[in-house]
Amino acid sequence: MTSNPTASFTLSRRHLLGIEGLSPEEIVGLLDLSEEFVILNRQIEKKRATLRGRTQINLFFEASTRTQSSFELAGKRLGADVMNMAVSNSSLKKGETLIDTAATLNAMHPDVLIVRHSASGAVELLARKVDCAVVNAGDGAHEHPTQALLDALTIRRNKGRIQGLLVAICGDIAHSRVARSNILLLQALGAQVRVVAPPSLLPTDIERFGVEVHSDMRRGLEDVDIVMMLRLQRERMNGSYVPSVKEYFHFWGLDEAKLRHARPDALVMHPGPMNRGVEIDSAVADGAQSLIREQVEMGVAVRMAVLDALSRTLPNA
Amino acid sequence: MPDLRSTPRPTLLSGARILDPSRDLDTHGDILIADGVIKDIAGNLKAAGLPDDTEIVDCRGLIAVPGLVDMRAFIGEPGAEHRETLASASQAAAAGGVTTIVCQPDTDPVIDDPAIVDFVLRRARDTAIVHVHPMAALTKGLEGREMTEIGLLQAAGAVAFTDGTRSVPSAQVMRRALTYARHFDALIVHHTEDAGLTGEGVMNEGELASRLGLAGVPRAAETIVFERDVRLAAMTGGRYHAASLTCTDSLDVLRRAREAGLDITASASINHLTLNERDVVGYRSFFKLSPPLRAEDDRQALVQAVAEGLVDVIVSDHNPQDVEVKRLPFSEAAFGAIGIETMLAAGLRLVNDGSVDLMSLVRAMSTRPAQLLGLEAGTLRPGRAADIALIAPDEAWILDAAMLKSRCRNTPFDEARFEGRVIRTLVAGCTVYEYV
Repeated sequence: MTSNPTASFTLSRRHLLGIEGLSPEEIVGLLDLSEEFVILNRQIEKKRATLRGRTQINLFFEASTRTQSSFELAGKRLGADVMNMAVSNSSLKKGETLIDTAATLNAMHPDVLIVRHSASGAVELLARKVDCAVVNAGDGAHEHPTQALLDALTIRRNKGRIQGLLVAICGDIAHSRVARSNILLLQALGAQVRVVAPPSLLPTDIERFGVEVHSDMRRGLEDVDIVMMLRLQRERMNGSYVPSVKEYFHFWGLDEAKLRHARPDALVMHPGPMNRGVEIDSAVADGAQSLIREQVEMGVAVRMAVLDALSRTLPNA
Repeated sequence: MPDLRSTPRPTLLSGARILDPSRDLDTHGDILIADGVIKDIAGNLKAAGLPDDTEIVDCRGLIAVPGLVDMRAFIGEPGAEHRETLASASQAAAAGGVTTIVCQPDTDPVIDDPAIVDFVLRRARDTAIVHVHPMAALTKGLEGREMTEIGLLQAAGAVAFTDGTRSVPSAQVMRRALTYARHFDALIVHHTEDAGLTGEGVMNEGELASRLGLAGVPRAAETIVFERDVRLAAMTGGRYHAASLTCTDSLDVLRRAREAGLDITASASINHLTLNERDVVGYRSFFKLSPPLRAEDDRQALVQAVAEGLVDVIVSDHNPQDVEVKRLPFSEAAFGAIGIETMLAAGLRLVNDGSVDLMSLVRAMSTRPAQLLGLEAGTLRPGRAADIALIAPDEAWILDAAMLKSRCRNTPFDEARFEGRVIRTLVAGCTVYEYV
């Protein structure tokens, strides 16, 4: 199966900067396209020529192993020349601003930039200064659109739908771009979203996002179809936002006892990398209800779909 | 550059609407200026006979108001002349109808020594085309620990005492300063912000900040410190002025303080009166201010407070920052916007939409700050210096940031539409700006 049945799907935009602004049809279109790449990726011959001759630069101002390799693999399987640039502080320390970096890279005529940055809005700022397509691989606490797409694809493949599901997103909502993108996407496709976190890790006015807010994990998990755990950053563990790892795990770590409050067929997700024994117990992470490894597989397929869809609107396409 | 010490020809501003909040005067007529002072104001001075060489300026359709007094402008001289000099700030001020700039002490070196006050005054005399008065630091080095030589600084010409954009964290330091300053009847101006509560915050805390993934500054960070200061002012009897209030809770505190008869006054910046937090959508760092732009209902409450006279003063909060520190991701960009040149035009939006009458606006931009600082400005009373702005109220225009006179271009009003602009500015009878 190497046909191209959905090859006509196009995103009517040059960049993918967030889930915000995507229509439900565009989201579904990307998910459908991703399904083809899931099949492709399970074959021996995994290559397409969609991006042949194109240059993709992975520009990661914030270190990341898995997202960067996922994008790298996605680009290579579509035939692009992929270059990884770990900018983490080197040129910034020399005083180069983000806009300087953008101008420098732009002069090298890349076709796609994959950008991660620790500041919210930084990817959008960079996108305004370059001529190529830009994919947001995570900006501050703002958005991480391909993560939300891969999560949605994983859910849809396991539950057959997204509409009508009850999804609990649990953990450090306040600092999470994964949570924001997921809330937007799941709501756009008709799921009901709960957030579950200690009050100190909830963003201000989160209830205005149209989500149900819980700080009691057991009640928050009642009747849910999907439990999405978030990573808790180390610097927030010891007294600044929560008193200790021990206390956090006790009240908000997902173990089998807490998971039993969810529906019996509930599935567990985590964007990785996991802190075992902090937000999630190993028994759950590796258990029968866990989709965590499948999420990684879907990540490559979704990123191929995004690159493929954007490639049709590239200049000279 | 006109020399303020030379004596220009007598001038007659003829047929203007004359608005003078210091006397609640709103009339039509002529203003005769000679020897740098207002000689006479009357319905028709031509009939009474004029000095021989009088220049007659036809001001029909224009409004003559006392030149504006901007109580909060950050300049950069000495120490950051690439951002702004006293000369460039004064050019911008003149183009905005501002005839008196009150510059802030967070220069390098800090204005915490009488010699630096003297330096600023001399530089201003030699290079600026409007009046300049410095505020001095309230604490040495703006460090919030030891009070400055309030008496000597005042004698050198400092018109008030402030730590600029910094808040004094210690209630004890603030208490002692308020107590000591009483002997000199000195005004203490304070940026009310709890640094710990502000933390890494870069915009107003709330739903929008949460959606944008930006760290928020809660309103309480301002109100807590302001409320503390009100209690300290009550304890000490000191004269206290809040540098920039932005939210309804702070206004409630101010209202109660006034009702209790305390000598507490406050400013609002023109930005907080005309913009709100939605302006930062798209991560527009030119709208990144400290304190941050608040919600629309805060803005409306602030406008109402100006209309009622609860908030005494409107300031530009002019803060030049170069593009290099502004065109960065929002959380990394510098705080601050220029505004001295656009303060009046932006303020006229409030007049045009009917929320503040022109008399109240001019009072807040000219008469009140002059009174609070003890300056001979903010009035068109005969015998006083002829510091006057002439406004064409119906002139519609669009701001082009490239045309601004400031050394920096970080205006939040680029390409903004305005109705009403300054046509001519006089300082001590000399025309220092004319729109052509």
